[in-house]
Amino acid sequence: MTSALELINLRKSFGQTEIIRGVDLSIAPGERHAIIGPNGAGKSTLFNLITGRFPQTAGVVELNGQNLAGKAPFEINRLGLSRSFQITNIFPKMTVFENVRCSLLWSRGYQYSFWNLVSNSQELTEAADAILEQINLTSRRNLPAGVLSYAEQRALEIGITIAGGANVIMLDEPTAGMSHSETDYITDLIMKVTEGKTLIMVEHDMGVVFGLADKISVLVYGEIIATGAPEEVRANPRVQEAYLGAAMEAH
Amino acid sequence: MRMLMPWIVGAIVLLVLPIFFGGRSQLTIMSQMSITVVFALAYNMLLGQGGMLSFGHAVYMGMGSFLCLHVMNMSSFGSFPLPLLPLLGGVFGLLFAIIIGSFSTRSAGTVFAMISLGIGELMAALVLIVTVFFGGEEGISGYRDEGLPFFGIEFISNLEVYYLIAIWMFIAVALMYLFSRTPVGRMANAVRDNPERAEFLGYSARRVRFVSFAVSGFFCGVAGGLSAILFEIATESDLNVTASGVILLVAFLGGIGFFWGPIIGAVVFTLLQTVLGLQTHLWELYLGVVFVGMVMFFPAGLSGIIMAHVPAAKMGKLGTLVGPYLTCVLPGILGGLGLAALIEMIFHVRSGAEGEHHMVLFWIDFSTHDVLPWLVALAVAVIGIGLAVRNAPNFKAAWENASTLPEAA
Amino acid sequence: MDLFFVNIIDGLVFGLLLFMLSSGLTLIFSMMGVLNFAHASFYMLGAYFAYQISTVLGLGFLAGLIVAPIIVGIAGAGIERYGLRRVHQYGHVPELIFTFGLALLVQEVVKLFWGQNQVPYAEPAWLDFALFNIGENSIEAYKVFMILISMLIFGGLLYILTKTRIGMIIQAALSYPKTVEALGHNVPMVFMGVFGVGTALAGVAGVIAGPALGTFPGMAFTLGSIVFVTIVVGGLGSLWGALAASLLIGWITTFAAAYNFEFKTILLALGMEEPALIWDSKLRDLWTLTLPQIGPILPYVLMVAILVFRPQGLMGKREA
Repeated sequence: MTSALELINLRKSFGQTEIIRGVDLSIAPGERHAIIGPNGAGKSTLFNLITGRFPQTAGVVELNGQNLAGKAPFEINRLGLSRSFQITNIFPKMTVFENVRCSLLWSRGYQYSFWNLVSNSQELTEAADAILEQINLTSRRNLPAGVLSYAEQRALEIGITIAGGANVIMLDEPTAGMSHSETDYITDLIMKVTEGKTLIMVEHDMGVVFGLADKISVLVYGEIIATGAPEEVRANPRVQEAYLGAAMEAH
Repeated sequence: MRMLMPWIVGAIVLLVLPIFFGGRSQLTIMSQMSITVVFALAYNMLLGQGGMLSFGHAVYMGMGSFLCLHVMNMSSFGSFPLPLLPLLGGVFGLLFAIIIGSFSTRSAGTVFAMISLGIGELMAALVLIVTVFFGGEEGISGYRDEGLPFFGIEFISNLEVYYLIAIWMFIAVALMYLFSRTPVGRMANAVRDNPERAEFLGYSARRVRFVSFAVSGFFCGVAGGLSAILFEIATESDLNVTASGVILLVAFLGGIGFFWGPIIGAVVFTLLQTVLGLQTHLWELYLGVVFVGMVMFFPAGLSGIIMAHVPAAKMGKLGTLVGPYLTCVLPGILGGLGLAALIEMIFHVRSGAEGEHHMVLFWIDFSTHDVLPWLVALAVAVIGIGLAVRNAPNFKAAWENASTLPEAA
Repeated sequence: MDLFFVNIIDGLVFGLLLFMLSSGLTLIFSMMGVLNFAHASFYMLGAYFAYQISTVLGLGFLAGLIVAPIIVGIAGAGIERYGLRRVHQYGHVPELIFTFGLALLVQEVVKLFWGQNQVPYAEPAWLDFALFNIGENSIEAYKVFMILISMLIFGGLLYILTKTRIGMIIQAALSYPKTVEALGHNVPMVFMGVFGVGTALAGVAGVIAGPALGTFPGMAFTLGSIVFVTIVVGGLGSLWGALAASLLIGWITTFAAAYNFEFKTILLALGMEEPALIWDSKLRDLWTLTLPQIGPILPYVLMVAILVFRPQGLMGKREA
């Protein structure tokens, strides 16, 4: 069976500095995979490489067996990979409903058409409303997205990410900057909306990680030092060293 | 049905306007207004809806205009029905926009603005060099009534031309409105707000911008075709950078945030240009002041100001604003007029003929060598603006009170 | 060959003049991230103020050269403080539109006070003589004076930016305004100052260019778009790029205007026959085209080509 996502010796340098130093990773379809690691380990860079935001220096990224080299973000998205951002990245001047509807357009085959009206499509409206229901923003439907609270914007960000129906969902620190109750809320939400999909997430909150992930990879200085089930990773001495070491430095 | 109401009212207004304003020049002004409406809306497809600031958009309207005039000058024009000419103009505008847009829409922002400025300057210069096509400084002229009569109509009278232009305007506005409701029209907004996010939703931001640009070029071309029919001439001044600047001004004056904003801008601007232009040599100065003031204090434009009243109206509090309007806005306007009077008098003294002291302003006859008129104008300006400034905090408070919900008791 | 050297000098004069505008504009751009459409309007104001001071009030050329740029700089700083800073909160597009509107307004105000036509602002008598000759062409002292002033200003600017403390703060504020503010420097004040100095530089350019290129209400728009072209070609935010592009465009336009090359030559070389009745020919524009005719549009061709093929400009690091 082909992996949903396969990274082979992936490398990225900025100038002289190598940030990602040969990452190999294979993520099976339907897996919930968390990437953890200390600050500055290159987690977000890894995300940006996979989704085509930056070109890689060397190595291969394969999505469902297809090489993504040289593809633009929009092409990668069309192949069934969708991502959220660490810093909220929505369409602030458009309504919440419009935000979700726009995220549905491509996958529903509307492309660049200017011969049909979006408001005439019952199917589109229903699908968008169903997603709003899922992310509990129905009551905010007609507000400009920019006026929502932070947690609501994060929920919308996730809604936009899953709306297109991509099979591989990548979430970049979905709970960053949230309170405990908000974090629990978003964790449940992620669980609900990624049912049956491949999920790859970067996360700092270990509660979220252990609650959601089937498998965990630990990224330290641009290299994966361990991959496995949560218990294995927790018990791994190198991980303990890296994490405790980092934790010691931090405190 | 409720959604169709504005369109039905609009159609009726267009239909009956000539009954009230049937004079030759009035019909021409209304025709010109209609053309500006089409052009301004086409421009706002880029600026307001797509976030692309163009300094050379008159090129597409001008090209449509020139090409339509060449069609009018063809020997086979006699077998071509005139009402279809704007469609040809649109196709010309579209083709030209496809060529330029293929490289200029790569990014929005400064690069796009600069390329548009460069193309604008280039085309304006080419008009004077390529005389075969553009006719040099005289431009190209033709006769609309040489086309195939359309159900017996030859479009000789201004009324016939007005109706032709009004119908085209109505169709173009409706189509542009519908475009903003199509998938690519919605994505234009998304790309304007956040191009990167749109890319991660499967859309190429460049492609979305390109489609908007091409469609905008089409409607600019339609406006150009209408202009060819109305004025029967096209010159360099139709596509130079000044013409592009004017349409930016029109769209911004009306407000780029709402679809119908530029319509208001086009109507108000054309009225100012024709009515104020007849009254004073300085209308461009006033226009500049209004424009700069608008950007500074009301960047949402006239439509934004109108829409700002909606919350108050919904809560039935518009009445509470009458008082503040009378004590702040009215003195402000009067003060502005006083200031304008001063400026007019200075201008009269400086550029009037030697020994010419006589002047008529606001229907008042006076001599610029008397002290009294100066004092009156100065007093009106100082007192009016002074009152406006003094009452401004009150106005602001009343405004905020009217547009926010009362605290739940 | 003599003509060549004369054109080198003329191009240098024009290029350095462009640089006086483009240096200020590019500094302001790197600082605020917005192109100031009204930059050339300050150049025009410089010329008119200098005319008012030197000719109308009769205080002499030097008084104009010193006082006019100061007034222009103060006006510029005021516009930054009370205009631009206010519009800044609405975003880049309204900012650009504001400066565009300002350019229109300044032009109208100038028309109101000084009229539609060119005003008789001339070079001072003490600089109105031929300094030396190249072949049969005399080079006026005023041209050399323009070159000297431009060089002096460029040297001063370079010194201030690289060698003084305030220059360091400006350079740091350009890249990291937040950090510099956190270090206790008054960044808005620095911005206002840079805007004021940038516009004052444009004012100086106006003072010395007014007599040479003419002082009329359209002078801002005529030069304004070329200045834009210059900083885009040079690379937005790059001072050295602005210098290179200014000189390049100065020489291109000067040489194009000076050599009456006819495109007929090319057509004949291609083996085409000149039509007897040229005004009936479809290609008459090509047959009669000369280099001076297309000279004014060459900068725009250059800019569009640069934007399409090298959007970061000659020496810029970032995309425009």
